[in-house]
Amino acid sequence: MPKLTLNNQTYLCDGDVTVLDTLLANKVDIAYGCKQGGCQSCLIRSPNQTPPVDAQKGLKETQQAQNYFLACMCKPTEDMELALLSEEACFIESTVVSLKPLNPETIELVLEYKDELTFKPGQFINLKREDGLVRSYSIANLPSAEKRLEFHIRKLPNGGFSEWAHDHLNSGDVVSLQEPAGDCFYISGKPDQPLLLVGTGTGLAPLAGIVRDALEQGHTGSIHLFHGSRDIDGLYWVDEMKALAENNDNVNYHPCLSGSDTPLEYKAGRAHVEALKAHPKLQGWRVFLCGHPEMVKETQKKAYLAGASLKEIYADAFTVLTEQS
Amino acid sequence: MSESLYEKLGGEAAVDAAVDIFYRKVLADDRINNFFDDVDMDKQAAKQKAFMTMAFGGPNNYTGTDMREGHAHLVKRGLNDSHFDAVVENLGATLTELGVSGELIAEVVAVCEPTRNDVLGK
Repeated sequence: MPKLTLNNQTYLCDGDVTVLDTLLANKVDIAYGCKQGGCQSCLIRSPNQTPPVDAQKGLKETQQAQNYFLACMCKPTEDMELALLSEEACFIESTVVSLKPLNPETIELVLEYKDELTFKPGQFINLKREDGLVRSYSIANLPSAEKRLEFHIRKLPNGGFSEWAHDHLNSGDVVSLQEPAGDCFYISGKPDQPLLLVGTGTGLAPLAGIVRDALEQGHTGSIHLFHGSRDIDGLYWVDEMKALAENNDNVNYHPCLSGSDTPLEYKAGRAHVEALKAHPKLQGWRVFLCGHPEMVKETQKKAYLAGASLKEIYADAFTVLTEQS
Repeated sequence: MSESLYEKLGGEAAVDAAVDIFYRKVLADDRINNFFDDVDMDKQAAKQKAFMTMAFGGPNNYTGTDMREGHAHLVKRGLNDSHFDAVVENLGATLTELGVSGELIAEVVAVCEPTRNDVLGK
């Protein structure tokens, strides 16, 4: 009889009973709804075991790759460790390697970690200040032997964490971080699929990581990156992205400015509007959207109406929480 | 034993194929799309799948009370027969696009019809 392990408790799962029913029978507090694989309320993850195919139906490929599955559809054949989504709150330590400005309002923070950490560029990580203040930032770099993580942090007015990172964080300081999360990243398997990536502000961090990851994994289809801000000061890595496009025939980069006085080498207009104008038909495309929540929500809908399949639209809305000082 | 409507339509694979097309039609339909604003699209798509599974005669746990409670906030915003008809029309158009016969589409419409009063809170 397969064993389920959750929070150091073990539950026996009778061959024909689902993970959800086993947990419910043992009075585990787990969210659920339709109990038939539709509503996805009972989404859960196994850190050690690939779930049965039937239990992953309807999930995004990026969720499947992380062993997410629906507890109500899973009749396990092997022992499984389980992790409820809200409880994966284990923090590890990292050290600040460097901090440098990317533009007048954004810094690049590089951290080095010692433990094992599996991540994909485009996922986000919760960073924790000593007093417990936690904020999520997207990972901009690819995994490497150096065990480093790179984040872009924009200084927000009354942004407790971002102001602290800008003004008080120094090389050598210790920052706690959580397991990476999020399903906005590149998955191999369709190397010739066209990709559309739209980001505002520090939305470039995950998107640049995703583009580099796609190239490293041999993506041959066209890649269209639109990065937008109101004025030039809000953009960064313009030269780096131009170089990336020059060195890779399939990469196209469009910096967009929505304010007045747009210099010739930039597109005048909002990034998502320009992206959809340039690519009005998105059937068969994969779409990545990161940044301003309104932009992400509106573009998700428009990209879907333009023909992209919902499962192939990966969206990461940067919700802003500010501290009242 | 004869095949059920759900089996004739192609079961879960058919629902998966239909959801993307159906939900796109609903969001593009100005008669009804304002009822779908302000909702999480991924969650909404999952709900559409549950709805279509029911409409296809597939396994579902919907009760009349669920239907009433689930739509009560929309009824307050003016949900009426014309909107119900528009949703059914989009469902029919989706199935036509997928090459489903008129006969089977009529069966799907017949599955939806009894939920009308509960959905509209009558």
